[in-house]
Amino acid sequence: MRKRQNNIFAGVDWILVMFFIVLVFIGWINIYAATVTDTSLSVFDGTTFYGKQLKWIGLSAVLITITMAIDAKFYERFAGFFYVISMLSLAGLFIFGNTVNGATSWYNFGGFSLQPTEFAKVATALALANFLSEPNKDLSNFSTQIRAFLILLVPFVLIILQPDAGSALIYFTLFFVMYREGLPGWYLGLGFILIILFLATLYFGFVTALIIIFSILTLLVLYLLNLKKFHLNREWPKIIVLFICVGTFMYSVDYIFNNIFDQRHRDRFSIVLGKEVDPRGIGYNTNQSMITIGSGGLTGKGFLEGDRTQGNFVPEQQTDYIFSTIGEEWGFVGTSAVIIIFTAFILRIIRVAERQKLKFSRIFGYSVATIFFFHFMINIGMVIGLVPTIGIPLPFFSYGGSSLWGFTILLFVFIRLDADRTYEW
Amino acid sequence: MEKKYIAYFSILLVSLIFISRLFYIQVLASKYKPSPLNNSAVAVKYDYPERGFIYDRNGVLVVANQPSYDVMIVPRDVQALDTVEFCNLLKIDKETFLKRYKKAWTYSPRIPSVFVAQLSKSDYAFLQEKMYKYKGFYIQKRTLRQYPIKSAANVLGYIGEVSPYQLKKNSYYQQGELIGINGVEKQYEEALRGVKGVKFIQRDRFNKEIGPFKDGIYDTLATVGKDVNITLDIELQKYAEDLMVNKRGGIVAIEPSTGEILTLVSSPTYDPNLLVGRERSKNYNILHDKKYENPLYDRSLLAQYPPGSPFKILTGLIGLQEGVITPETRVTCYRGFRYGRRGFMKCHCSYGTVHALNSGIHQSCNAYFASAYKKTIEKYPTAAEGMKKWSDHVKSFGLGDFLHNDLSTGTRGQVPDEKLYNRMYPDFAWGATTNISNAIGQGEITTSPIQLANMTAAIANRGFYYTPHIIKKIDNKPIQIDRFVVPKKTTIDPKHFEPVIEGMLNVFEKGTARASRVEGIEICGKTGTAENFSIINGEKVQFQDHSIFIAFAPKDNPKIAIAIFVENGYWGSRWAAPIASLIIEKYLKGTVSRPYLEKRMFEGSIQDEYEKQRLMLEQKIEKETE
Repeated sequence: MRKRQNNIFAGVDWILVMFFIVLVFIGWINIYAATVTDTSLSVFDGTTFYGKQLKWIGLSAVLITITMAIDAKFYERFAGFFYVISMLSLAGLFIFGNTVNGATSWYNFGGFSLQPTEFAKVATALALANFLSEPNKDLSNFSTQIRAFLILLVPFVLIILQPDAGSALIYFTLFFVMYREGLPGWYLGLGFILIILFLATLYFGFVTALIIIFSILTLLVLYLLNLKKFHLNREWPKIIVLFICVGTFMYSVDYIFNNIFDQRHRDRFSIVLGKEVDPRGIGYNTNQSMITIGSGGLTGKGFLEGDRTQGNFVPEQQTDYIFSTIGEEWGFVGTSAVIIIFTAFILRIIRVAERQKLKFSRIFGYSVATIFFFHFMINIGMVIGLVPTIGIPLPFFSYGGSSLWGFTILLFVFIRLDADRTYEW
Repeated sequence: MEKKYIAYFSILLVSLIFISRLFYIQVLASKYKPSPLNNSAVAVKYDYPERGFIYDRNGVLVVANQPSYDVMIVPRDVQALDTVEFCNLLKIDKETFLKRYKKAWTYSPRIPSVFVAQLSKSDYAFLQEKMYKYKGFYIQKRTLRQYPIKSAANVLGYIGEVSPYQLKKNSYYQQGELIGINGVEKQYEEALRGVKGVKFIQRDRFNKEIGPFKDGIYDTLATVGKDVNITLDIELQKYAEDLMVNKRGGIVAIEPSTGEILTLVSSPTYDPNLLVGRERSKNYNILHDKKYENPLYDRSLLAQYPPGSPFKILTGLIGLQEGVITPETRVTCYRGFRYGRRGFMKCHCSYGTVHALNSGIHQSCNAYFASAYKKTIEKYPTAAEGMKKWSDHVKSFGLGDFLHNDLSTGTRGQVPDEKLYNRMYPDFAWGATTNISNAIGQGEITTSPIQLANMTAAIANRGFYYTPHIIKKIDNKPIQIDRFVVPKKTTIDPKHFEPVIEGMLNVFEKGTARASRVEGIEICGKTGTAENFSIINGEKVQFQDHSIFIAFAPKDNPKIAIAIFVENGYWGSRWAAPIASLIIEKYLKGTVSRPYLEKRMFEGSIQDEYEKQRLMLEQKIEKETE
């Protein structure tokens, strides 16, 4: 027998709500600092970035109310439906979409644009959770793996065609959720090794990297032989195959990198790998962003005192590079505080996910944590020069209505699911 | 659950990496911290005030400013232009245009360099109207120093770009700014330069200036440099310099009642206009390379000469003060002075001449002062005590030490004391006879012209002096600097001066300088002829004697005290005494009554002697190196 409680606030995880409020508040303060030119204007002025962002924050309250008002069960039931609608909206971009900065990612409704990519994250997470929570779905089963993989592949392909490689990448990170739900660990191990090979090839060049990797492999084989773990006369074909696979993979990386990638992609990798230092050219954004952050020092220059921020030295500072404003005006104290708050927020989501009794809620929770974590990691990593330039927003901080709403819905659907955790259906 | 902890661990790891990285960028690494002056976000612009003028004691303008207009080029910004018209405007031919353009581009495409220097005012006015047509060119106004009277280069000094050392020492200056390098320009730099104004300008990432930084709250206004009056009488200075043409040496004249320096001549000198603006370093090198004439070396302040006979005045005064002689003490000169067992100091007197103090001075008798010196030292139980007493007396006249004046350079000179001789003779076997040459201003004692002039001023004042100084007024307010207005007393009682001064008066009336006597002025002086040596490759070489003269006038209530060294000028009355008398007459009377003497001095030259000396030096050096 199911007993419904009318007061939805009873089960709400107020800690997550507090995190949401704090992050949105800090985010808006810094958008204000990054874009204000005339302090005499009202903060509600609709022609300014901060005025618009404030409007969207207000509207997200409406979205939260709607999200919370809907029955938790509804999200599970209609997960497939949301997914289909989302995929259609992504596909529709190729017909009705609006191109901004070379990417066809926007629908334009009169003076108002929406980026369906941001909402598709919610739908994909719901769909994945729904699929994996079905009874007798076992991720060690190959066909289950394939079908789960397809759920991620569809949005990935649609988004990479826009092209928006950064957002597309986020869908791949949901593999970690599958790992949590039983995907064998060697998939991740393989992925990790491939990434190592990939970076080694780029960093050292094909021939050098090949020599290094083969030397390591040979040493490994000799070591294992010495331990008498296996016998050369029996297992030599495996070793040959291994060498061939590694060699082929590295050669393909080299080939793809040099013949299929555009120069701008190559540049982005080269900069992070430290191969080319070119502060005036392609590395300009990252370099400016790092100087801007560095100039903040330990305690920062103070609110609205960031001269590099005021001088618009960092392009797109209110969106992807918003973190540099924090760095300049609030210093190391501010940046580390934001990182700690963000980390605590993500850890809290995982903790809340772990306490779910329903598999659906738990998987969705993990998806939410994964999505936030990779946005956080890639965005800040890029701003401080640890990750190649990949244009994805910092959740709740970056300017933009679609991303704010997408993340708000993502979080509050989870809070809604969590609010129902105590009830058996 | 194991996997849960993998998630926690990865998230904490990433967050830790980020915080470490941020700590590195924001706190540790300096490469991400633009210095405030190198901060590309804020441009700092300086507004340079006009440098103060320099006037002489009578208000005659000595140093002024002149505007100068340079056509500057930023090669990168140059766009297609009508070169024929442009070349006509600039009055250059097309070949020059291309050559300079290439040169500027090689220097830097982005940094402005001078394309055509120092346009005339009329060219500037004409060109200014048309400059808008020529992108990448602009006219820059500079202010250069200008010297209406080509005189006193050594006193005034010059300005130039700040050195890296000064940049480090003084945070006021930026690279490429101008600073007084020498002379009055250096000493009164702060008053003359004023305070530059600073404007902070916010720039965007295209380096475009987008308005005042923080609405200009940090901006400051420039303060104009203050005008300065120096104590020189520029007319007298110029006159003295002209008298020293073709002679090397120094002249210092001081007003005894104030310590104000009236002339400070170092010869050979140069036109101060040479060290101005773009030609400065070229001309500087030319002057610097004249290694025998060495015009950049201020002989009046830096050269150390043996003072020679004028020093006998001091020997006499000390003898009187110590009570070992009286004005009536008589000494017989046997064409010299015999001392110790074998020592003999020659003198030019006739055999058996008997001198009292007065004639000892005006005939410059060596024997008289050697005897006084010997008595002074030997008055005390040990030579060391006597030497110390003597040395203290001498030092009270400002000799043997920097005068703590306001000139940019100087020397200590040397006044020997007992410590020096103890060092020279480690067995302490020395006495008055060992260093008897000190009595007549030879030996171990050396002085610079300004020290000797100051000594003369102290004698003129009968026992005290004011530290010589060059500054008279700043911003039209007379200076009140304690060390310049408080008199310094010598250790000699005033009463001992009168007999000595009588002797000095007789130098002109009937003594060694009677040929330079000036009708109507009571000049007190003392000639000097100093032997001088140089050590070349360990060998002592004697050169032609220096011509030396000190004087003050009038005898009562003196207005001017002067000391002159003419290098290798044979003897005191040959060059130094006539020049001194001319300067004194010019200063006190305004005109010169002896045009024949004046002409002889103007035209006289010792260049032959210097040439001889140069050849001698070069031969010596050559011989040694063979």
